[in-house]
Amino acid sequence: MNTPPLDTHTGAIALEDGDVPAILFDKVEKRFGDHVVLHDLDFTVRRGDRVTLIGPSGSGKTTILRLVMTLEEADDGYILIDGSPLTHFERDGKRVELKEKHKNEMRKRIGMVFQQFNLFPNMTVIENIIEAPVHVLGLSKQEALARGRALLDKVGLPDKENAHPTQLSGGQQQRVAIARALAMEPEILLLDEVTSALDPEVVGEVLNILRDVARDTDVTMLIVTHEMQFARDVSNRVLMFDSGRIVEEGTPEAIFSDPQEQRTRDFLSAVL
Amino acid sequence: MNDDKSIWSWDHALAVLPDLLWTFLTVTLIVTIIGSAIAAVLGLIIALGRRTSPRPVAGALTLVMNFIRMTPLVVQLLFAYYVFTTVPPIVLGTVIIGIHYATYMAEVYRAGIDAVPPGQWEATTALSMSPARTWTAVIIPQALRATLPALANYVISMFKDTPFLMVITVTELVREAQLYGGTNFRYVEAITLAGLIFLAASLLSSVLARRLEKKLEYTTA
Repeated sequence: MNTPPLDTHTGAIALEDGDVPAILFDKVEKRFGDHVVLHDLDFTVRRGDRVTLIGPSGSGKTTILRLVMTLEEADDGYILIDGSPLTHFERDGKRVELKEKHKNEMRKRIGMVFQQFNLFPNMTVIENIIEAPVHVLGLSKQEALARGRALLDKVGLPDKENAHPTQLSGGQQQRVAIARALAMEPEILLLDEVTSALDPEVVGEVLNILRDVARDTDVTMLIVTHEMQFARDVSNRVLMFDSGRIVEEGTPEAIFSDPQEQRTRDFLSAVL
Repeated sequence: MNDDKSIWSWDHALAVLPDLLWTFLTVTLIVTIIGSAIAAVLGLIIALGRRTSPRPVAGALTLVMNFIRMTPLVVQLLFAYYVFTTVPPIVLGTVIIGIHYATYMAEVYRAGIDAVPPGQWEATTALSMSPARTWTAVIIPQALRATLPALANYVISMFKDTPFLMVITVTELVREAQLYGGTNFRYVEAITLAGLIFLAASLLSSVLARRLEKKLEYTTA
């Protein structure tokens, strides 16, 4: 991967052990109108981490994923990806906006799977998957097709290559969407309530594919889900959110078996 | 041609039909096809321009668009005719009718673009797609599919507006019918046939449009 020429920025980025985090939020604030969705949020995700964000709706979990994907921009504070500023940085207390070209280079490292799949209905399954590898990464069509077919195998849809998304069930569409995101070989994979729009009987097949991805690759994952068993199986860290703040964080065992905060206990007893 | 007192004479009808069909094919149809092509392309350019240009440019486009939509086609034809005196009227008429309808088609495209769900835009961002590729591979194909019926309606509308070109001396189908009437003092046959040719062609094109629309529909399970 080409690393773009980066502007310098201030602020320490390395963790105490010298590791550069895959994702770093530094005092990030996000508002929609008067409503503050995220307050002064600091957190880091190490490379290869699988971090699950849990908490009630409206607690800002999805906004965090959307900020990392540059679908939203922080109003205050900044985000670093692999030590590089994502959309802007601060110099002498002033916000410096980065160019679209830089943002796009940063985006290439990040993939996202959406609740509503968001496949392109005007393209076939394989066209959906190879679109960005060919036109963004510059792969040849043959290379992209080989990569796309391997991924369709992996998600269990080898015979759906020429189907249109509208011909597929929700579960199948979401598997294609996962293949499409993986075809870009992202360093960071964002999963935004990927099973919430699915019929209960197909949730399992989608989660199993994601378990395989977690097992077979070292992609950093940031997960928003209401599937607590999946969170427990896949993640190594869980962050509990409420009203735009981190209430509690820890290993899945600690959070699910022995939560320290009353807010976490209330939330878990409501969803488990 | 002895039956001069009756309203309808088959002799006159048969006599005028070949000329009418010929004029229909060589003038009315050609003007409609080329005019539609101008309207479809220019309409898309206007819609994209209003959406992607800096504010002053977009504002100027909107102003020009509204001006054209709010004045009659006939006035625009006559204005162009008296200003661009060196351009052949048939060419001028085709371009003006194309521009006139482009302003309507631009609104159709705008509605089609607005109807593409936000999730589609978000997916193109998540895949780091360039703006050019986002428009050409994702947004425009989806917007077009939704707008096709409305675009086809405007093509049929334009087709029915081609007789206005007679005000700038273009001998299109209706003018041809009038000329026959003037020469032979028989108007009813020629005008009736001209109307029937319009009717037949309009019906045929709406059937074709529906077929095309079906073909462009995403295959559904």
